[in-house]
Amino acid sequence: MFNDLYQAVILDHYRTPSNVGQIEGAVQVRNDHPSCGDKVLLSVLVEDGIVQDIAFVGEGCSISQASLSLMTEAVKGQPVSVIRDLYSAFRDMIHGQEPDEELLGDMVALHGVSRFVARVPCAMLGWETLAQVLPLDQPAPDPDPTCGPG
Amino acid sequence: MAVPFERIQADFPVLAREVHGRPLVYLDNSATSQTPVPVRAAIDAYYAQSCANVHRGLHALSAEATDLYEGARDKVMRLVGAPGRESVVFTRGTTAAINLVASSWGECLQPGDAILITVAEHHANLIPWQQLAKRKGAELRHIPLTAEGTLDLSKLDELLTPNVKMVAFAQVSNVLGYVAPAAELIAAAKSVGAATLVDAAQSVGHMPVSFAELGCDFLAFSGHKMCGPTGIGCLIGRRELLDAMEPIEYGGDMIVHVDLQNATWNHPPYKFEAGTPPIAQAIGLGAACDYVTELGLDWIRDHTTALCDQAAAALSAIPGVRVHGPLTGRLGPVAFSIDGVHPHDVATLLDGEGVAVRAGHHCAQPLHGLLGAPSTARASFYVTNRASDIDRLVAAIGVVQKVFG
Repeated sequence: MFNDLYQAVILDHYRTPSNVGQIEGAVQVRNDHPSCGDKVLLSVLVEDGIVQDIAFVGEGCSISQASLSLMTEAVKGQPVSVIRDLYSAFRDMIHGQEPDEELLGDMVALHGVSRFVARVPCAMLGWETLAQVLPLDQPAPDPDPTCGPG
Repeated sequence: MAVPFERIQADFPVLAREVHGRPLVYLDNSATSQTPVPVRAAIDAYYAQSCANVHRGLHALSAEATDLYEGARDKVMRLVGAPGRESVVFTRGTTAAINLVASSWGECLQPGDAILITVAEHHANLIPWQQLAKRKGAELRHIPLTAEGTLDLSKLDELLTPNVKMVAFAQVSNVLGYVAPAAELIAAAKSVGAATLVDAAQSVGHMPVSFAELGCDFLAFSGHKMCGPTGIGCLIGRRELLDAMEPIEYGGDMIVHVDLQNATWNHPPYKFEAGTPPIAQAIGLGAACDYVTELGLDWIRDHTTALCDQAAAALSAIPGVRVHGPLTGRLGPVAFSIDGVHPHDVATLLDGEGVAVRAGHHCAQPLHGLLGAPSTARASFYVTNRASDIDRLVAAIGVVQKVFG
């Protein structure tokens, strides 16, 4: 159970996180979990509905920081529509559903968090911060809005 | 006299349980201590045989419940050397007791007055004063720490000016574990005419504490950190001050006379106990007073201090581990950090080894700012611990360092 939680992928991303820093001209948002001191400053550069660049400065536990690092790798260069699917699949996995391994890739390493209720907010810190910048909680737009009922 | 561990094992069946396949080592006593059989039995006896409301029923069960409830007050009075039953106010806990003083006694403050606390206070002994100071236009001052992590009283004269009206401090720090020089602080406060409040959440039931000997005006503590149940604590107050204070809650049992436009208050402690009190919890607290007295408060203090000294020495000897606060003389909590590992990861991995510790800011965020660590891990010791628990803690820290190595 505990080895499931601290997988090598997580420890690697904790020790040497990807996409650390701030991006000039990007949207920046701060978020923290006051009860445990996890903190993040997330920079997101969106152009034409695509996340062109993303970076973070954070401090906190291995789960929150590795999750941030993995998230930035996964969403960089992706259109918001794909990121919405990633977000939904990641959230489902953290809340105990079988992960979509193909979609989630390395983020599957965080699957073990679902068995540690107290650590779920750590894994979600990055994603909930990103959801403040991108419309991830909204349902996907109707593929053909002109095609109404009747 | 030393209490044999077999006795403790019999009184705390939880010590025989396993967590994640390992025998439990419970090192989170500063948050909540375990509850011994006699305390649970007292609570159960009330619910089984004498469950009724207090002070109002003219039937046998209500009379029994009232006797048990008031009997618990007497036990508390004896444990902490309170001057009389009227000085023992049951509250939800330490937090509620301090808030009661800040809200009620605090009404006497004037703009320009000052309140003196320390930088190491638990939020429960910081925020009530901070907000009172804001409401009244008063100043909040803080006694600093020495490099070792004990109270630095070298500038006390400068801090303790005649406009200081309240001095409030923890008798035992819930992070640094030091035992504050209470007598010295109270004497100094009295010399400028300031009132005093001792946050005794980590000291009552852990060492001999006497309200009369301390000479303070208020003393606050909780049941669940001294073998009692949650949801009950006490404010011990000097009778003259309690008499002069207004209640902050209104309702049943706290009145003498009520008409449609006016009401007059009962005398202390009832003036401050509006509504049906936590009867079972008070009875449980009374049983906890008996229990710690039976174990012996001198033994509890010596036993806990010896374990803390040993733990602080063992932890600080591990490369990459830092103990926050003094290495000797602590009573209960030993806060520490492991290089390169966040305290939450420490606590999760220790839990995997069956060792329960707390991680976080322990409701002392300003203190953690000063320690240069947003949070720490904390192993805290009490009557249910023995030396082999420290070996288990040290071995489990080895596992943490291996995972993150």
